[in-house]
Amino acid sequence: MRVFHSSGALGVLALSVIQSTAFAQGTFDRTKPPELGPPPRVALPPIVTRELPNGLKLMIVEQHELPLADFVLLVGSGSTTDPTSKTGVANLTSAMLREGTATRKSLEIADQIAFLGINLSPSSSWESSTLSLHTPTAQLDSALALFSDVALHPSFPANEFERIRKSRLTDLIRLKDQGPAIANLAFPAIIYGSGHPYGAATLGTEASVKSLSVADLQNYYQANFKPNNATLIIVGDVSPSQIEQKINAVFGGWQRGDVSPLTYADPPKAGTTTIYLIDKPGAAQSSFRIGAVGVPRSTKDYFALSVMNTILGGSFSSRLNQNLRETKGYTYGANTRFDMRRAAGPFSASAEIVAAKTDSALLEFMKELNGIRQTVPPTELSRAKRFLQLQLPGNFETTQDIAFQLVPVALYGLPLDYYNNYVQNIEAVTQADVARVAQQYINTGSLAVVIVGDRKSIEPGLKAINVAPIVIRDMSGQPIP
Amino acid sequence: MKTKYLVTLCYLMGSVLAVAPLDAQATPKIKFEKYTLPNGLEVILHEDHSTPIVSVDTWYHVGSGDEQLGRTGFAHLFEHIMFMGSQNVPVGAFDQMLEAAGADNNGSTNEDRTNYYENLPSNALALALWLDADRMGFLLPTMDLAKLNLQRDVVKNERRQRVDNVPYGRADETILAALYPPSHPYSWPVIGSMADLSAASVDDVKNFFRTYYAPNNATVAIAGDFDPVAVKKLVAQYFGPIPRGPAVKRRTTVPAVVIPQDKFIVLEDKVQLPRLFYTWPTVKLYAPDDAALDILALVLANDKNSRLYKKLVYELQIAQNARAFQESGRLDGKFQVDVTPMPGQKVADIDQVVRTEIANIIDKGVSTRELQRAQNSYKASFLDRLASVLGKADQLNTYNYFAGNPDYVQQDAARYERVTAADVQRVARKYLGKPKIVLTVVPEGKKEMMLTAAAAGGAR
Repeated sequence: MRVFHSSGALGVLALSVIQSTAFAQGTFDRTKPPELGPPPRVALPPIVTRELPNGLKLMIVEQHELPLADFVLLVGSGSTTDPTSKTGVANLTSAMLREGTATRKSLEIADQIAFLGINLSPSSSWESSTLSLHTPTAQLDSALALFSDVALHPSFPANEFERIRKSRLTDLIRLKDQGPAIANLAFPAIIYGSGHPYGAATLGTEASVKSLSVADLQNYYQANFKPNNATLIIVGDVSPSQIEQKINAVFGGWQRGDVSPLTYADPPKAGTTTIYLIDKPGAAQSSFRIGAVGVPRSTKDYFALSVMNTILGGSFSSRLNQNLRETKGYTYGANTRFDMRRAAGPFSASAEIVAAKTDSALLEFMKELNGIRQTVPPTELSRAKRFLQLQLPGNFETTQDIAFQLVPVALYGLPLDYYNNYVQNIEAVTQADVARVAQQYINTGSLAVVIVGDRKSIEPGLKAINVAPIVIRDMSGQPIP
Repeated sequence: MKTKYLVTLCYLMGSVLAVAPLDAQATPKIKFEKYTLPNGLEVILHEDHSTPIVSVDTWYHVGSGDEQLGRTGFAHLFEHIMFMGSQNVPVGAFDQMLEAAGADNNGSTNEDRTNYYENLPSNALALALWLDADRMGFLLPTMDLAKLNLQRDVVKNERRQRVDNVPYGRADETILAALYPPSHPYSWPVIGSMADLSAASVDDVKNFFRTYYAPNNATVAIAGDFDPVAVKKLVAQYFGPIPRGPAVKRRTTVPAVVIPQDKFIVLEDKVQLPRLFYTWPTVKLYAPDDAALDILALVLANDKNSRLYKKLVYELQIAQNARAFQESGRLDGKFQVDVTPMPGQKVADIDQVVRTEIANIIDKGVSTRELQRAQNSYKASFLDRLASVLGKADQLNTYNYFAGNPDYVQQDAARYERVTAADVQRVARKYLGKPKIVLTVVPEGKKEMMLTAAAAGGAR
C-alpha cells in the first residue's frame, strides 16, 4: 500500500469544468456528464534525505506495493562539459560503464544482468549522467554489488571502446535516414550555434568520435564522477536506515574530489525569423522544429509557462494539435515544449507534416504562435490548470514513476516539498500571467523555422507564402559552402 | 521486453504500456471479479487502493484480422473515429472533458483486438464510464463524412510517420504479403494501404460499428481505487440500456501457411545500410510451443551473450544489431530475425553466420545458463506488469480474451518455467529448420546488394 500523507492540497480545489445537476436518484439523464466529487486528497510520499561522509546525497522514498526497488545514480555533469573538439565524450563514457570493470568483463556484466533479471542502464544528457538500476528486492544485494562496481570501477577496455566507437559511427551514418532525427540535431545547432554547448550534438560527430581515445573518457570520468557531484535516488520496497547502510557499504569508499562548476557563454541573440530548409529528397513528411532559445529551469515563470504551454501545444486538446491534427488533418500530432535546463534550453513547436501541406502548415503554426500572445479564455485556462494539477497523482504510481519525478528535484535543487506545493502554484497562474509569458518568450519575429523535407516539392510553396526568407542548410544545420 | 502482440497502433503518438524487465519472486495472482450484464457486456473489476487513480480499459473483440480485402486499415481508422464524439458528446469534447479531469487516455488496434483506456483520478471514474458508454451505444447518430474524412487524413499521416517516412518502415508489410496467402487475416498490415484508407465510406463505418461494437463483443476492465458497489451501479446504469447486437461471427481458423522453399525478396528504401529479415511461420499465442519460441528468441538475439548478437555484433563486429522475436496472436504466429550489417559488410557473410548459429542450436542445443538467463528475464517481467493499474487492467483483458480466463497470470508465468533446453532445441529444429522468407531491404538503386538463393548456399 502506498502511503500518501495528505496535505489536502488537491482536495480543496473545486472542479468547475464538469458540472451537472441531472445525475440523481435512480434515474439519470444521459445527455449530461456526471457530476464529479472532489478530487482525491493526495500528497506526495515523503522524501528522506541523507548524505554519506564522502558527500554522496541520498533521496529515499519508501514504496512497498511490490518487492521491487529503483535506483538512479545521478551525476551532475553531462555533454555540456565535452570539449568543443571532443563532443560525444560524456555520452560514450556512459555507454562504456557496462563494458568492463576492474573485476568484471563486458560479457560477465551482461550475463549477470540477465541472470538476476534486473535492468542496469547508463545514459547521459546535457547536464547529467545517470546509471539506473531496477531490481526485485530478492536480488538486492547482488544487484547493488553489480551496480556499484559498474558505477565506481569502470576499466574502459580498449577493445570494447573500439567496438563501441564503430557502433557509434554507424549510428551517425544511420541518422541520415531519419528526417525527424535530422531536424532534432539541426534545430539546436542553428539556434545556439557552435559556440554554445547546447548547440553541439550529444552523440558527437563523425570527426569527434574518430578523434577520441580511451584517455579522453577516463579523464572525463575522473573529473566528474565524484560522490560530491552526485545524488542517489532510491525508491521502492526498502527502509531508509537499512538501505543507507547497504549503500554506505558499497558507495562509502568512493573518493570525493573537486568538480569544475558548469559555466556557459550566453547564447547568440536570435535573428529575424528565418526558414532553414534541409533537403531530404522524397520525404513523405516535412519535419518541423520551430522555436528559439527559451528559459532555464530556475525561471520564476515556470508555472505560468507550464500552463501557457499546455494551452498552446502541451496536451491533446491544445491549440496547435487541435488545429494541425484535429481540424486540418495535416499531421498525426503537433506539440510545443520548453526544454528547461541549468541555462536557457530551447523552446520548440514540432510536427511531422504531410509534404503537400508544408506551406499551409507553416501558416497555421505562425497563427497559433501569434494567437497565444492574446488573452486566453477562462475555460481554456481552467482546463489546462486542471490537467496539470489532476495528473499529478498518476505521475507517482510506480517506483519508476517516482524515481523519474525526483530527478529534476535533485538535478535542479528544487525544494523537497516542490510537488506538495505544485497544485497551489499552478492554481495561482492568471490569464494575465499566461499572456505575459507568451509575449515575453514567444516572439514570432525572431524564430528559427527548421524544416527537413523534400526541397523540390516544398520550396516553391514556402516561397509563395512569403512568411520568412529561406536559407538552405545541410543535414547538421550548417551553411552549405 | 518485446510486446507479445504483432503490431499495435495507437490513437495518439507514444505508447503508455511500457513494460521493463526484472525480478525473481513467484508471480502474484491478480485478484478480480468478473460478471456479465444482460446485454452481454463483460465486466472485470480489480481493486487497488495504493494510489488514488483508476483505469478503465475497454476491449472490443475486433482487429485488422477481421477486415475485408480492399478495406485494410479499417479497424484502426474506426478506432480514431471513436474519439470524435457521440450523441451526447460534441466533437472535441471527449478529450477536453478527460483532460480537464486529469485523465490520460488513448486507444490502440492490433490484428486481434481494439482497446480504449482512460487512466484518471479516482473521483473521475464516472466520467470515463459515461463517455465510454456513450460511444458504445450512441456513436452513429452524429457520425458523418466530415469526421471520417478528418480521421482518414490523420491516419494517413500516421502511416507516413510510422511506415512511409521511416527507414525500413515498409519491411513488415512486404514480409506479411510474402509469408501469408492473401486470404490470411494477418497478410495485410494493421495500418492498411493508402488506397484502402481512401476507399473507406460512411457506410463501412456504420456497418462495422453495428457488426462489432456491440456490448456482447466487448469487455470493460476497471482497475484501481474504487468502491465496487458504486461502480457496479454506474456500469449498470450507463452500459445496461445499450442493446445487445447480433451475435458476432469471427474466424476461428486460418489458411495453412505453406512455404515450399526459401523465398528471397528485395525492397528498395531510402536507407544507408541494407538490413536482412528472416521470417518463419510458427504458432499462435499460448500454443504449446509459443513460450519455448519466446525463450529461443532471447537465446538467439537479445543481449551481448545471445548467439547471434555475440557472434555478429560483439565478436566479428560485422553487424550493427541483431534482433529476434516470436510474435504471436489469436490465430497465428511468426518468428523473425533481423540483422543490420556494418557499413561495407556483405549480407552473404552475415547470412552465413546466421545459418551456422541456428544450425548450432538445432544440432547441439542450448546451455543451462542460457536457458536460465532467458527464464529469469521472463520471470522478472511478470512482476513489472503488475506495477500500474492500467497494466493490470490490460493483463486481465489480455488473459480474458486470449486465454479465455482473466485468472491466467500464474499459468502464463508457468509456461516459461516449464521450458527445457530440449524444448528450445526442438522448436529451433521444428520451425527454424524449415523454409523461410528472406527479405533484404537495400538502398535505392542497389538491388544487387540483396541476399540471393545462390549466395545463401542454395535454397532449402
